[in-house]
Amino acid sequence: MPLDIVTLDKLKPGESGSVYSFNDEEKALKFMEMGCTPGEIVLMDSYAPLGDPIAIMISGYKLSLRKSEACLINVNRQ
Amino acid sequence: MPAMKVALMGNPNSGKSTLFNALTGMNQQTGNYPGVTVEKRTGEAIIKDEAGKSAFITFLDLPGTYSIYPKSLDEEVCYKVLCDNTDEDHPDAVLVIADSTNLRRSLFLTTQVIDLGLPCILVLNMSDFARLRGLEIDAAKLSDMLGVPVVATNARKKVGIENLRKAILHEFRKPFKTFLDIADFTSSEMIESVQKMFPDKSHYGAFQLINNETGISHFETIQAKKEEIKKLIVKHHFDKHKTQSEETIARYKAINDVIKECVVINEEEKKKSVTARVDKILTHKVWGYFFFLLILFVIFQGIFLIAKYPMNAIEFCFVKVSEFGNSVLPPGELTSLLINGVLAGLSGVAVFVPQIALLFAFIAILEDTGYMSRASFLMDRLMRPLGLNGRSVIPLMSGMACAVPAILGTRTISNWKERLITIMVTPLMSCSARLPVYTLLISLVIPSNHNYGYFNLQGLVLMGLYLLGFVSALGAAFVLKLLIRSKEKSYFMMEMPLYRVPKLSGIGLTIYQKSFIFLRDAGKVIIAISVILWVMASHGPPSKMKAVETAYQRADSVKKYSPKQIEGFVAAGKLKESYAGNAGQWIEPVIKPLGFDWKIGIALITSFAAREVFVGTMATLYSAEGADNNLSIREKMDAAINPDTGKKEYTAATGFSLMLFYVFAMQCMSTLAVVYRETKSFKWPLIQFLYMGALAWLASFLVYTFAK
Repeated sequence: MPLDIVTLDKLKPGESGSVYSFNDEEKALKFMEMGCTPGEIVLMDSYAPLGDPIAIMISGYKLSLRKSEACLINVNRQ
Repeated sequence: MPAMKVALMGNPNSGKSTLFNALTGMNQQTGNYPGVTVEKRTGEAIIKDEAGKSAFITFLDLPGTYSIYPKSLDEEVCYKVLCDNTDEDHPDAVLVIADSTNLRRSLFLTTQVIDLGLPCILVLNMSDFARLRGLEIDAAKLSDMLGVPVVATNARKKVGIENLRKAILHEFRKPFKTFLDIADFTSSEMIESVQKMFPDKSHYGAFQLINNETGISHFETIQAKKEEIKKLIVKHHFDKHKTQSEETIARYKAINDVIKECVVINEEEKKKSVTARVDKILTHKVWGYFFFLLILFVIFQGIFLIAKYPMNAIEFCFVKVSEFGNSVLPPGELTSLLINGVLAGLSGVAVFVPQIALLFAFIAILEDTGYMSRASFLMDRLMRPLGLNGRSVIPLMSGMACAVPAILGTRTISNWKERLITIMVTPLMSCSARLPVYTLLISLVIPSNHNYGYFNLQGLVLMGLYLLGFVSALGAAFVLKLLIRSKEKSYFMMEMPLYRVPKLSGIGLTIYQKSFIFLRDAGKVIIAISVILWVMASHGPPSKMKAVETAYQRADSVKKYSPKQIEGFVAAGKLKESYAGNAGQWIEPVIKPLGFDWKIGIALITSFAAREVFVGTMATLYSAEGADNNLSIREKMDAAINPDTGKKEYTAATGFSLMLFYVFAMQCMSTLAVVYRETKSFKWPLIQFLYMGALAWLASFLVYTFAK
């Protein structure tokens, strides 16, 4: 299956993808510590009513992050 | 009896503090870690078993963290306590508390602690929640794979606490294996050289010492070997980020293998979680904001209305005590100092306690139930352009009751810059102490029978003053956002934990501790300033003070006025000649353009004790002017004539100018004391005092100039 790489903030609620790579080396460390390691499945849970921040499900828990942070994570859309 | 220091570590929301409360009961102390405003909680317990073995344990509740690599002040504290052997809080052993419903993420921190080589026990907390979600964790196998004892607990229902106590007594020992050898990810020669310098460190422990050399905080441990470590870093081309990144990926990979072995997911029992359903409503684009506003309304009303009763009771008690003191103590300096200085200061401190207790009860419930992160989720987009955080909303709104508890409540904001801005602008929200001042001034300059349709003009003006405070707080936040530079990397990322029923005993303890910290820390400053204000208001150049006393003892005045009236004249005369009075007259040139005379000047200065003192000071001053003591303070001020113009002293221009001054000016020493405590520097309270003062002056000047 061909890769469909998008930044995390582009996923729509209900869509999921696997973490592929990061666009910021230092922030990547924080993302990975929170469980967003390459290969992990993320599910877009919801957007906040004003479209930002977003909430994702990752390794069994809900994590909210700003779009400016989400766009640093590349995922392979499934 | 052997004594042991045990640190509790875990992710935020892992139930760590509930477990800490269960282990220590009421034997707790709270304070701060040296040099930072991170709250430090310790507690003691004696643990015994049937065989008669016992130990005296000092527990340390470390701030919640996801990793031992420091990224915030909280994490910096954990990092130092764990890795720096010379730190005064360095523990003998560690309890790592894992959230069983989030085992993968919890094991990340757990295995880091294991690799440091400190004796530790893994506590699988919230085991009942895990079962509800259909997760079966094989604790024995987990213990085997990690090389540390594993105990399952449910701290909220006090399940498993006895087993944990036994384990603390008998099973603490160094982990019998390393989970991940850091030497596989960087030069093993470098690690081993450092390990030789510090023989009690594991590979990972030595590695963290090397990391510290390139980090912010400095450990005493490595000072002597600093140069050698620096040389090693250069020699082996140590790349901190690359190593940490590889370690993180490898660690999670190894954890995934452990989870595959130890956790069974029971799909059948996995129901659609309550949390998901509740979130559908509480983060809904209409209902979400509706419930948020409702909750804010309840908090605001609670602080404003419920706190009124205990506050009145406290004030009543202090009035009775000072009356009693005045009646039994011999009149004189010492009595006056004791009653009008110290006791007045004490009452000024104690009166805040009900509001602080209530606000912290509300905040604790919001945090405990998991709602706080949802509120933040809803509000973040609105607050962000102003340099504020979703979590700033609660302190800002509670600032309408009182800025003191509100500023203490900003500790829930983890980003320092956003927290600082919230602290700096919260006092612009009109607090309840401004209300008596507003009410007096409005009744003085706005006719009460003026209505626009259903709206009463006085009410509209009052609302306008509150709105003005709110808007200027947002404006000031925006300006500060552009001015304050922050080195700290900002993360918003936050867990949205499962909804839970709040635990009342824990909330009770929080209330007690927060109130106590306030009484102890802010209390000292407030009482000191009260005493200074007392000296200023009751003392003056001795010859002039004497002259006031003798002036009214002449026969003609004794005949003309009642003793009570004379008492009033003397009090007012003395206030005018006192140092505070002199200061009022001295600042008159500065406040004249605002339409204020020296009397208002005195009131502005004494207001510093608490804004509502304005009303009392004006009452004292005007008891000299209006001979008719039956008039209310409002009527006396209304009747006052300006000697220069021969017209009313309190025109609409002066009244509005004064109102605006009270909206903006920083006239509250309690708030300044708390800002000093929370920012650990004189710089921020000083800046706050100056910028709010400048705003006040400018606003009053403009309105007086144009309305005159």
